Amino acid sequence: MGHDMHYSVFSLLRNALAGNRLWTPAWRDPQPKPSYDTLVVGGGGHGLATAYYLAKEHGITDVAVLEKGYVGSGNVGRNTTIIRSNYLLPPNTHFYEKSLQLWEGLEQDINYNAMVSQRGVLNLFHSDAQRDAYARRGNAMRLAGVDAELLDAAAVRGMVPEIDMDNARFPVKGGLLQRRGGTVRHDAVAWGYARAADRRGVDILQHTEVTGIRVEAGRVIGVETTRGFIGAKRVGLAAAGNSGRVAAMAGLRLPIESHVLQAFVSEAIKPVIDTVVTFGAGHFYVSQSDKGGLVFGGDIDGYNSYAQRGSLPAMEDVMESAVALFPGFSRLRYLRQWGGVMDMSMDGSPIIDRTPIDGLFLNCGWCYGGFKATPASGWCFAHTIATGAPHPLNAGFRLDRFATGAVIDEKGAGAQANLH
Amino acid sequence: MRIPCPYCGERGNEEFTVLGAADPVRPAGDAPLGAWVDYVHQRENAHGPHRELWHHQGGCRTWLVVERDTRTHAVIAVRAARATEGTP
Ligand SMILES: Cc1cc2nc3c(=O)[nH]c(=O)nc-3n(C[C@H](O)[C@H](O)[C@H](O)COP(=O)(O)OP(=O)(O)OC[C@H]3O[C@@H](n4cnc5c(N)ncnc54)[C@H](O)[C@@H]3O)c2cc1C
Ligand SMILES: [Zn+2]
Repeated sequence: MGHDMHYSVFSLLRNALAGNRLWTPAWRDPQPKPSYDTLVVGGGGHGLATAYYLAKEHGITDVAVLEKGYVGSGNVGRNTTIIRSNYLLPPNTHFYEKSLQLWEGLEQDINYNAMVSQRGVLNLFHSDAQRDAYARRGNAMRLAGVDAELLDAAAVRGMVPEIDMDNARFPVKGGLLQRRGGTVRHDAVAWGYARAADRRGVDILQHTEVTGIRVEAGRVIGVETTRGFIGAKRVGLAAAGNSGRVAAMAGLRLPIESHVLQAFVSEAIKPVIDTVVTFGAGHFYVSQSDKGGLVFGGDIDGYNSYAQRGSLPAMEDVMESAVALFPGFSRLRYLRQWGGVMDMSMDGSPIIDRTPIDGLFLNCGWCYGGFKATPASGWCFAHTIATGAPHPLNAGFRLDRFATGAVIDEKGAGAQANLH
Repeated sequence: MRIPCPYCGERGNEEFTVLGAADPVRPAGDAPLGAWVDYVHQRENAHGPHRELWHHQGGCRTWLVVERDTRTHAVIAVRAARATEGTP
């Protein structure tokens, strides 16, 4: 049956009857060719989506994705799976809304069950000033055609009865709800894009680390890897937390710091939260997985790190916030915890752009929110690589905005990577 | 992670806040724009030893320059920031 098996109720039935012996690997494991038209560095969500849309939208199929580990070993398999498009500033609002629309059709498009669940994302507010700020963001979203609803306290209580609404320090006054937001099975996104790209002819090269970028007369001509030199006309960098290291191979310095973000899963319990809730007075957000575990997290630890693990004070901070909002959670045990390396940009917004080197393109700066961006990031990066120029949707995410002053600082925190 | 403060001894990192890279040096007021863009936005983002500013907020309230390995979080050296040139 080869590698192009279409998943459907019939393939399920056939395998049910055949003792599941007919399944084939979801993608090939090819030998690298000496050269490709386009190389994508980094087999995370963004790199795989880029390869897929290069093939699907632009007919460029002579493509390889180079991944130093295995598909899903980076942040795409470490995040807390939340998707949303509830941004205030225009470049972000339009870009993330495009991403949400791509999520809405993704499973049919790539023939893969990614468990896209539009269960809503509810941002709680705790003061009059915060209500005004959230109302403003909601209004900006609605002006851009994005769904947003401002809920009062009674509506929040009805949606999530376990919340301690009358907390003495941080009473819940209401929330900004985006019903079309929700969660997506993160590993399935990596696997689904890898399989869909492979089916269109893209080579997925796992355990192939890029160790150098070869540039001649101002133009990229290929990359050095642990499996030898691979030539290319165009190279797109999508290395997330390792963006600075990879860009340095081409002599580029970035407005990026790498920081650790942690996440946590509790023991499985009966259904208690059927949406995503974010605490507005501390560092905590939570949803519940289909297995029953609470999936939760908070803020980055705050110091530069490539270690893929955090430290105890940040954990304690998240747990304190969790129990402040949901006192009942104090009885739960948490099962596991992990960290990922975030590419924190100096204004909190991403970069999808050309670079000063011909044929070399850059995708980075995703901070703690790049999972939701996966489809639009791949879609826009593919457009930028294929046409040599940004799409209007990523035209604001320029590398030179830090020099021109056109920064996109959603939080208004200034040029301080660990505050975004 | 534990940080040996030169004044208070070894303490857990919950007693400290971190500002970021210690090495960028504030340019002169009339320096060209490029120097300012570099200072404000560009970072070495070291993979390995990294010098950074920490404040012992829950202790002696001294600003420290901590050299730390970003791959392992091992602290290599600590000294008071005021003894260093070019710090805020
Ligand atoms: C704990 C945690 C929670 C998060 N929660 C959310 C959330 O709820 N919602 C959300 O939207 N976002 C979230 N994020 C952020 C999101 O996961 C990232 O922004 C996003 O996954 C980054 O893009 P990626 O998938 O391409 O990254 P990655 O999966 O990290 O892909 C980059 C790949 O590049 C590879 N690579 C690096 N260097 C090289 C090299 N030299 N050669 C070859 N390959 C290389 C790496 O091995 C890696 O596989 C979270 C992140 C973490 C860590
Ligand atoms: Zn001290």
